[in-house]
Amino acid sequence: MFTPETLQKFDREIAKYPAEHQCSAVMACLALAQEEIGWLPPEAIEAVAHYLAMPPIAAYEVATFYSMYDLKPVGKYKLTVCTNLPCALSGGVHAATYLKEKLGIGFNETTPDGKFTLVEGECMGSCGYAPVMLVNNRRMCGHMTPTAIDALLEECQS
Amino acid sequence: MSIMGAINPVLTAGLDGDKSWRLQDYMARGGYAMLKKVLAEQIPAETIVAAIKASVLRGRGGAGFPTGLKWSFMPHSLSGDKYIVCNTDEGEPGTFKDRDLIHYNPHAVIEGMAIGAYAIGANRGYNYIHGEIWELYKRFEEALDEARNAGFIGQSILGSDFSFELFAHHGYGAYICGEETALLESIEGKKGQPRFKPPFPASFGLYGRPTTVNNTETLASIPFIMQMGGEAFLNLGKPNNGGTKLFSVSGHVNRPGNYELPMGTPFATLMEMCGGMRGGRKLKAVIPGGSSSPVVPAETIMKCTLDYDSISKAGSMLGSGAVIVMDETVCMVKALEQLSRFYHEESCGQCTPCREGTGWLYDIVHRIEAGEGRAGDLEILLRISENIAGRTVCALGDAAAMPVESFVRHFRDEFMYHIEHKTCLVPKEAQWAGSDFYCAEA
Repeated sequence: MFTPETLQKFDREIAKYPAEHQCSAVMACLALAQEEIGWLPPEAIEAVAHYLAMPPIAAYEVATFYSMYDLKPVGKYKLTVCTNLPCALSGGVHAATYLKEKLGIGFNETTPDGKFTLVEGECMGSCGYAPVMLVNNRRMCGHMTPTAIDALLEECQS
Repeated sequence: MSIMGAINPVLTAGLDGDKSWRLQDYMARGGYAMLKKVLAEQIPAETIVAAIKASVLRGRGGAGFPTGLKWSFMPHSLSGDKYIVCNTDEGEPGTFKDRDLIHYNPHAVIEGMAIGAYAIGANRGYNYIHGEIWELYKRFEEALDEARNAGFIGQSILGSDFSFELFAHHGYGAYICGEETALLESIEGKKGQPRFKPPFPASFGLYGRPTTVNNTETLASIPFIMQMGGEAFLNLGKPNNGGTKLFSVSGHVNRPGNYELPMGTPFATLMEMCGGMRGGRKLKAVIPGGSSSPVVPAETIMKCTLDYDSISKAGSMLGSGAVIVMDETVCMVKALEQLSRFYHEESCGQCTPCREGTGWLYDIVHRIEAGEGRAGDLEILLRISENIAGRTVCALGDAAAMPVESFVRHFRDEFMYHIEHKTCLVPKEAQWAGSDFYCAEA
C-alpha cells in the first residue's frame, strides 16, 4: 500500500532499534504513512503493523493515543493553533478566533473546499514565539499576528 | 534567534546565528575536545561522575535531581546493553529552552550524551524529540550524521574501545511522554503510560535494561563542566544550585525568549533583561517553573532569586525554568481554566484519580468562569486536588493539582467574585490587553 520511497524510510527507522525491538519504529512509520496518505485510514495502520510484525491492535493503540495522528481525513492544510496559557497571554486565543473568522470554520472542522482544517493544539514547546501554529504537523510558524496569518493563508491558496 | 540575553553564558556562549549548529562551528568553539580527551586519556568513569557531582548540576527538566547522583545508580558490573536517553519531549507549557539548544547547539547535546554514555557504561542512546518541533528533529538527525561521519559516535570511537550508537526518536503529541518512564514506553512503540516505580530506570529501563534518562539542557552542560571542572561550574551559580541555566520567559514582557543566567540571579534582573512589562502594565503574578509549578504573586516573586532554593521558599518550584509572566489584565479564573483543560486533555487515563479528577477540576473551574459557579465550589476544587495529589503513578496528577491549590490560595477573592457576581473581577473589555495581538503590527 505504500510507495517504495516510504518503505525505504520505514527501513531507515527500523534500523535505529535493536533487531528484536523493531516495533519501536511504529510511531515513526505511522507518521510516514500519514505523510504519504494525508491521514491514517485503518488499512494503513494495519499495513504498518503487518510490516513491523506486531499485532494490529498494538498499532491502533499508538495511533489513537498520540494526538498528531489523524484518524479522519483532514484538509490539504491542517492548521494547529496553540491556545494554552503562555501562548494565550501573547495572543494564541485571538489568533484562533481570527482564523475561525477568516476561514468560516470552528475547531475540528474543514473548509467546504477541503483546503483547511483547524485544530486546537496543546503546548508545542515554543511559547516564546507565540502565537504559534503548526502546518500539517511539520512546519512551525511563530509570531502569528494578523498580517502573518494573512500571508500564510495566501501562500496556501496559491 | 530567540536566545535573547545572557550573563556569563556557558551553553549559549558564542552562538551567533544560523550556522552555529554545524559540526565545524561547534569544533571551532572547542567542541568535542572533551570527548577526545576522555577517550585519549581513558579517564575513569568514576572521575567523570565525581566531576558532575562536584558541579552540583541538577536535572534541568524540572525535578532538579542531582545528575551525578543519578549517574552513579547505573550498575557498572552488569554486562549487556545499557542505554542513555535524552528527554527533548519539551511540552510543559511555558518551556521552550531545549528546542533552542537543538536549534543552535545540537552537538553539545551529542557530545554530552557520548561522555555520559562512557561514564555510565551505556552502549546505545536515543534522543526523544517532541513531535511538534519536526524541523528540529530533522536538524538533530543531520547533526547526528555529521558526528557519525566525523567518528564521534559509532563503533570504536576515535580508535578507542568505546562504542556508542545514538539515534533520534520523535514523539507525536503526548505531553505525558515527558515523564521518563512514559517516554521509555513510547520508545518501545507503545502508548506513553508511566510505569510504576520502583524499579527505577537505572535497574529496569528501556527494553528492561539499565537506563539513564536526562534532560537536553542537563546533557548539553556536560562537555562544559568537563572543560571548566565541577567546582568552577558550581561557582558560576550559588551553593547547592550549580552553574548557569536557561530561563524561558513567555507572556506579558516586552522581549519574551530564552535567557541564560547564573543560578541565583535576582528575578528583577531577568525582568529588566526582558525589557519590562508590555505596555507598561503592572505585574500581577508569575508561574516560575512551567505550568505545573504553583503560581506566585508579584510582590513575592520580585523578592526571589532564580534558583531551586529561593523559588521553593516562595512556595513554588524552579522546575524547568519556564517563567510565565502575567499582567494585571489577566483573569486568574480564566488562566486556571486553560491550564486545567490542558491537564484533563493530557491525562493518560491510567490512574483513576487523575483521569476522573482532572475532568472534574476542569468542569468546576469552567463553570465558575462561565458564571455558573456555586457556593462551596472552591472547597470542592481543593478537596479534589488533595485527592489527586500523591495518589497516582506519575507526577501529572500533582502537576494538575498544584496550580489549582495555588491559584485559589493567592487569588481567592477573584474566584469568590466570579461565584458571587457571575462575572470577572477584571473587566471583560480589559482582559488580555497584554496580548497585543491586534496592535503588534505597529
